[in-house]
Amino acid sequence: MRIVLHIWRQRNATDKGRMVRYEVPNVNEHMSFLEMLDVLNEQLIDKGEDPVAFDHDCREGICGMCGCMVNGQAHGPVPGTTLCQLHMRHFKDGDELYLEPWRARAFPVIKDLVVNRGAFDRLIAAGGFISASTGSTPDGNAILVPKENSDRAMDAAACIGCGACVAMCPNASASLFMGAKISHLGLLPQGQPERERRVVAMVAQAKEELFGSCTNIGECEAVCPKEIRLEVIARMNKDFLKASWSGRGALRDDE
Amino acid sequence: MELNSKSPTGPIETRWDRHRFNLKLVNPANKRKHTIIVVGTGLAGGSAAATLSELGYKVKCFCFQDSPRRAHSIAAQGGINAAKNYHNDGDSVYRLFYDTVKGGDFRSRESNVYRLAQISVNIIDQCVGQGVPFAREYSGYLDNRSFGGAQVSRTFYARGQTGQQLLLGAYQALERQIGLGGVQMFPRTEMLDLIVIDGKARGIVVRDLITGKIESHIGDTVVLGTGGYGNVYYLSTNAKGSNATAIWRAHKRGALFANPCFTQIHPTCIPVSGDYQSKLTLMSESLRNDGRVWVPLKKDDPRPPSQIPPNERDYYLERRYPSFGNLVPRDVASRNAKMVCDEGRGVGETKLAVYLDFRDAIERLGRSLIKERYGNLFDMYERITGEDPYTTPMRIYPAIHYTMGGLWVDYNLMSTVPGMYVVGEANFSDHGANRLGASALMQGLADGYFVLPNTINDYIASSKLEKVDTNHLAVKDAENQVAATTRKLLETRGTRSVDSFHRELGKLMWEYCGMSRTAEGLKQALAQIPALREQYWREVKVLGNGDELNQSLEKAGRVADFFELAELMCLDALERNESCGGHFREEYQTPDGEAQRDDEHYSYTAAWEFRGVGNRPELVKEPLTFEYVHPAQRSYK
Repeated sequence: MRIVLHIWRQRNATDKGRMVRYEVPNVNEHMSFLEMLDVLNEQLIDKGEDPVAFDHDCREGICGMCGCMVNGQAHGPVPGTTLCQLHMRHFKDGDELYLEPWRARAFPVIKDLVVNRGAFDRLIAAGGFISASTGSTPDGNAILVPKENSDRAMDAAACIGCGACVAMCPNASASLFMGAKISHLGLLPQGQPERERRVVAMVAQAKEELFGSCTNIGECEAVCPKEIRLEVIARMNKDFLKASWSGRGALRDDE
Repeated sequence: MELNSKSPTGPIETRWDRHRFNLKLVNPANKRKHTIIVVGTGLAGGSAAATLSELGYKVKCFCFQDSPRRAHSIAAQGGINAAKNYHNDGDSVYRLFYDTVKGGDFRSRESNVYRLAQISVNIIDQCVGQGVPFAREYSGYLDNRSFGGAQVSRTFYARGQTGQQLLLGAYQALERQIGLGGVQMFPRTEMLDLIVIDGKARGIVVRDLITGKIESHIGDTVVLGTGGYGNVYYLSTNAKGSNATAIWRAHKRGALFANPCFTQIHPTCIPVSGDYQSKLTLMSESLRNDGRVWVPLKKDDPRPPSQIPPNERDYYLERRYPSFGNLVPRDVASRNAKMVCDEGRGVGETKLAVYLDFRDAIERLGRSLIKERYGNLFDMYERITGEDPYTTPMRIYPAIHYTMGGLWVDYNLMSTVPGMYVVGEANFSDHGANRLGASALMQGLADGYFVLPNTINDYIASSKLEKVDTNHLAVKDAENQVAATTRKLLETRGTRSVDSFHRELGKLMWEYCGMSRTAEGLKQALAQIPALREQYWREVKVLGNGDELNQSLEKAGRVADFFELAELMCLDALERNESCGGHFREEYQTPDGEAQRDDEHYSYTAAWEFRGVGNRPELVKEPLTFEYVHPAQRSYK
């Protein structure tokens, strides 16, 4: 099949950028979306034009490196699927697709479809961990975790940090990403001692990174390739409220 | 060069303890005066960087991806082994040690493997403490599953995303240290050379992948945790960015490369579907717990699988290996799949696939339990192939997955360049000629959390390290070389893309140095690869500049290194006139087609010393001795 692409081209962070039209004439239905972009890039290199820069690595839907907007939807039209796992059989001959980078103030464009998601790392560095230095932990079976808790923690821990939730949110909020980590660790007994401190620190960091606030729109849940549920945001809000009242987590405010 | 493995002697159970006691320590107050450079943020590099910072060292950590959380450890699915014996099924440290030495076809160092088995139990404790959501039973206790090459249930798992969860544990520990100021993180920064001063590793030359700036970082030691080199084959289960550049350039600076031909072919991957294919996707080995592997009894059977009655199916693994059945080790399963396809009994359009069938398991256990165990893998299979594995058997075929070979290291994980350590898949250490499933995660974390943080002190405490800065002649020299290579790639402006060369190299390697090898084929490859490499430097086409994000340029440097490494792999495969583990030479097999080792002549680690591009490297042998597990014909019958 023939696919028409309109791709955001931007040389670097300061360049203005524009949409450019390309055609890929021989797309096989079994190709992945990124393989289709590989074919386009080979075509461009052949013609002596600069290939389109896009982030990708594992191509198995787990590293979280790939992703762009496809016709206004993060990771394209198929639910629960990263761009690398989206196959061309979901499109038809002659389709016109508009590809844009994640749009969020906290994710500045580096080049073409590549953005800087360093803000996510800084959110985790602020509090998205359990302080268990190597060697300090008891036997694995000394900490019992009810299966339901471990299953729900795993549901939240499945987040791949791709940034689709932020890109799709009209407020560019990172609440689904933060809520996922806060729920994962908060559902486990090991995560309790730092539970309040964690949520306060992460929320404060999100403000610093200029992520927006959550207004419960739910676009994030709709595009999340790992189908993280909105409920994680409710958990985060609950923990935040509790931390604010108890005063234990508010240590950071004194700094 | 003489190799000194520094492997302790005496009773194997206490070797690591006694060795640790003999290692020198560094006073906590002095640790902060030392800088350690860690390259790579996977399970090995990430856990090492976090732990070294916890100990008080200043750490500078580098990765080429946009975040340390992207490292390819994240894609490991099935699980991590540990000798906890929580199931009371006869497991022990000794049994894990035994299984690993045997699984590696008696080509690994006993002391290392025993230490790995001992540490395996600490890893689980550490990961649980960090909040890794391992699967649990209703009682709240940890759950286990079985894996290939073992008859006990010792594999801990987090659904089909164990690697992801373990990596996130290490990543979060690392981010915590970054937040505390102990680790300085450099994402999107690629190591392009090793700086050696007065015979010691003192730093690295890197390229900032966004600005293109080439600069150097100096430290007291350098740790490489940069993964394996399976992408030599172009098509593999590795991430697209996985590359050998860091270890290869360190090799060119004096680090010996051990057993380069030991590559692992994973038996259960989704088959190739077309020329555009950019990578292969693995379906976890854990599927072989419940899935049954078969092909039609008849050649070129045109019927769909559902219309082939049970008595016309050949469950060839169960038939040939009744005691291990579908759970034979990876090398055995892969070779058998190739054999039945070579007989013309392969399935699917290309006839290069076998069935992995869950019909019986679904009948026995119910669809919902199968969904709970493998749901995400089934979803992934359906997304890629458009077929539903609950109703139609999966089609699978072997693919390049892991490389047991890597830089040679001693018992302390130090390479032959003093001050340079190598951890995880990047080293050659623990898996011999074949790695068992769920052991890569174990080794990566053992090296990073528990081995390296103990052994690195000894070097720092006992070495006199002169103060060096980035104006040193050796630093400028290395920077200039990197800049010159980059310029050369950009100025060639030939006619063929980097990928087209890489594909061609990959096909050559799969053909001649893949699942089975012959002296004749390897000689052909050794004639063709240098010619292709020369053509590459004449005709490669890399557009754009060096002072911007330029993904073609990044790839071009990595493929240039793959060419040189490919040649070494073929040479090593040709020199090793025996079959062992993943290295199968057609000339050397038992009457029933199993790998035939030659312990009399080849019971050694082959470590190669670089002698210049195109020159024959020098072979240095580290003899292997087996005091505990006595080499025998590996049998899974």
